[in-house]
Amino acid sequence: MPIEPESRPIVLTVNGITVRVAMGATVAAAIAQAGVATWRRSPTGEPRAPLCGIGVCFQCCVSIDGRTNVRSCQVRCRNGMDVRTDA
Amino acid sequence: MMALHPLGSETVYDVAIIGAGIVGASCADEAAAADLRVVVIESRGIGGGATAAGMGHIVCMDDSEAQFALTHYSRELWRRLASELPPDVEFNPCGTLWIAADDEEMTEVLRKAAYFGARDVRTEVLDTTQLARLEPNLRPGLAGALLVCDDAVIYPPCAARFLLERACARGAAMAHGWVEHIDSRNPMVIKLSDGRSLRAAKVVYAGGAWTPELAPLLAEGFPMPVRKRKGHLVITDRYPGFVRHQLVELGYLKSAHSVSADSVAFNIQPRTNGQVLIGSSRQFGDEGSTVNPAILTRMLERAHEYMPGLANLTAIRVWTGFRAATPDKLPLIGPYPGDARRILATGHEGLGITTSLATGRLLVDQLIGRASAIPVEPYWPKRMDKEAAHAH
Amino acid sequence: MCGQMHRGQKSEEHRLETLRETEVLVIGAGPAGIAAACSAAECGRRTIVLDDNPLPGGQIWRGKEDPNATKWLSRAQRAGVQMIHEAQVFAAMMNDTRVVMAETPDGLCAVRSPCIILATGARERFLPFPGWTLPGVTGAGGLQALVKGGLSIEGKRVVVAGSGALLPAVAAYLHEHGANVRLVAEQTSWLQLIAFGASLVLRPSVAMQGLGLIPQLLGIPYEAGCMVTAAHGEAKLISVTLRHGSRTWQVDCDYLACGYNLVPNLELPVLLGCAIANGYAAVDEWQESSLPGVYCAGELTGIGGVDRSLIEGQIAGYAAAGKQGKPKAQALWPQRQALCAYAERLDRAFALRDDLKALATPETIVCRCEDVRRAHLDALAPGSWRMAKLHTRCGMGACQGRICGPAMSFIHDWPMESTVSTRPPLFPVRMETLTAAGLTERTAEKTGEVNR
Repeated sequence: MPIEPESRPIVLTVNGITVRVAMGATVAAAIAQAGVATWRRSPTGEPRAPLCGIGVCFQCCVSIDGRTNVRSCQVRCRNGMDVRTDA
Repeated sequence: MMALHPLGSETVYDVAIIGAGIVGASCADEAAAADLRVVVIESRGIGGGATAAGMGHIVCMDDSEAQFALTHYSRELWRRLASELPPDVEFNPCGTLWIAADDEEMTEVLRKAAYFGARDVRTEVLDTTQLARLEPNLRPGLAGALLVCDDAVIYPPCAARFLLERACARGAAMAHGWVEHIDSRNPMVIKLSDGRSLRAAKVVYAGGAWTPELAPLLAEGFPMPVRKRKGHLVITDRYPGFVRHQLVELGYLKSAHSVSADSVAFNIQPRTNGQVLIGSSRQFGDEGSTVNPAILTRMLERAHEYMPGLANLTAIRVWTGFRAATPDKLPLIGPYPGDARRILATGHEGLGITTSLATGRLLVDQLIGRASAIPVEPYWPKRMDKEAAHAH
Repeated sequence: MCGQMHRGQKSEEHRLETLRETEVLVIGAGPAGIAAACSAAECGRRTIVLDDNPLPGGQIWRGKEDPNATKWLSRAQRAGVQMIHEAQVFAAMMNDTRVVMAETPDGLCAVRSPCIILATGARERFLPFPGWTLPGVTGAGGLQALVKGGLSIEGKRVVVAGSGALLPAVAAYLHEHGANVRLVAEQTSWLQLIAFGASLVLRPSVAMQGLGLIPQLLGIPYEAGCMVTAAHGEAKLISVTLRHGSRTWQVDCDYLACGYNLVPNLELPVLLGCAIANGYAAVDEWQESSLPGVYCAGELTGIGGVDRSLIEGQIAGYAAAGKQGKPKAQALWPQRQALCAYAERLDRAFALRDDLKALATPETIVCRCEDVRRAHLDALAPGSWRMAKLHTRCGMGACQGRICGPAMSFIHDWPMESTVSTRPPLFPVRMETLTAAGLTERTAEKTGEVNR
């Protein structure tokens, strides 16, 4: 379904920053909206961000409500979510 | 995989090693270091068998004096080698924690501590609180543990490759292919399935659990007492700091010792990259490589009992492998009874990574008539003749 | 933590409830899967669809108001198809009783079905080049999927690159959503495109997704025979280098959307034991795989777009329904034949040039999960995917080789299927779910015996 910005917004935090996104938006979209460029650090410390957008590359993994290694492109935002990136 | 020394059909090798797992690799490394002319014959890639499938522990064990001598000697060889190992071998001197669930198992901790203490092996006895502090993700209320300080964990396939590369740098040759036949002329002629043949004065059988399949190549009548003992392992995504030591339940002794029944035990290793490797299971009679869900589930349930937080981690791979098991749980290292030109280096069961370096060293000691650091007789295949005689 | 443990230790009765029974099980709710489910259900077969996305439609229909999608989805609803979303299939038992295991946000979902239709679709092929790991470098379809998920692209400068019929469609989509699409760089030559373009006349419905038409109408430059050779930036992308013949130049951009055609998601068919031929699942005229009762439809059998997927899905669904469905399946054969011929032309038109194999320099990371550089692989010359994994850790990370596998297959000429991960779990799963799967399998075996 297309994301309609005028529908009820969801409020969550990304690295402690409050973000409002449209209903149905993915956590990946919320992270971009928070102005964060690095989703995670690779094993040798390089910055990484989403690649495939469909949940197969695992480059967009972040921590959501304390659970680590979660694919942010596959999870939809919920009110009160606490999202943490590796950056 | 590495610069191959050209195979010369005219060459008569001092020794041909069948198998490029960690045991074959160590034999090749030691033989090349002793200036022997060596060829390694591998069929499935370097470290493609139990070396790839196993956990990679380097541990001091105390089931028997012979097992202690071999594991302790080999562990010291690993520790001496550690500074030369490339980073991809991931040598991690994390130590082993033998975990006691209750007071009964705690008496075993004390017995082990005394045994190791009398043999200059560094250990520490931990109580409930100390254990919880060292490994906070273990379930609360465990009785304690024995920390064997100098035990380590490695990534075995890269260790096998390192040893083979070193052997090749010293002139060893590699041949890819299946051994079809070994003619017992002098020198022996080894025929490969692609039609090539190699000549060697001596042949080392280092095929791990697959050595019995090479058995028809041996002279008739010797009982090849190596059986495949299947294991399952699970590896997680990266969770740095979740586990800090190799963890083994002391109940492992009971389950791993039972030679017949299928068994599972809690055995966990931290990888240097933060991944958690979870074992272990032991099964006879299942020679298929497919995952057995029933035993996998038992293994995971056991692991969750000790570490409830594991349930929330993400598993990224599950696989199986085959240990080369012998009836007395000691490897077969030494001449084949009846034909001293054929030498066995197999039957290491779950300790092949630990004991590989000692195996290579002891085997080459015998090849060149060098004095060995520990007695070699307990590992001679000849003992199996006796066992067979007893059985009749 | 204790509460979560209990979920893993469900009682036998509870597990029986989580073990659903059906007559036809469809994996994937893209066009092929939905068409298959509709056809089977309309013939009276109890049908369940497992899909990993929160919404049906697959990558192509998701997030778009496509009248075709609406039509098929409401048809599925009318036919009584049961859809289970956010269900990621990770294992299956394929002995006397067939059970497919999926992980959902609520835990394990196991479905037993004698008949299984696989419509797992495709993903983009990514090829490594210097800078491709920088934030801002995404897939072509990848960026589109992210925008569908709510990523704002308004005013962003984007270069779309790689290869395939998808590129112009992506460019148009991004343009529509406010992006400043600076260029579409297609690696294949004009010569090949013209050969392909001529045949497009025969297939007007796909022409819209196809060759250059849309971007040119929108004023977006479309360069064939052109590729991105490097992406630049420190913490994120700032520009890319493009090459066309001997000419190279730089373009500043916020995003590079780059993907090289599509590769089928063969993991599940390979796990189940379906034969693979020429990189795709091998099927007969009924879309049945080498495994009786297991059908494959859509991109799994060849990359051919929505129309072909819909036809193949219907054939599979009708055939799975048995006697009653087979004449309907047979009636669709001629349509499929034409569409398959189109797919083959597509493959030829967008065949990857050999010089793409040399884009990655020795320092370029080829495996993004494990940070394996090309030099490391080249030095070891592993000779096979398995040895590459074992000795360099390439493909050993969380993506299980889904990204680097197809790239290595192309660069080293290893067969596609040799780089497919074939062991359960097919996707990373929670340990708790893995444990539950083993217990359910035990239950399924027991009840399977009772049922026989």
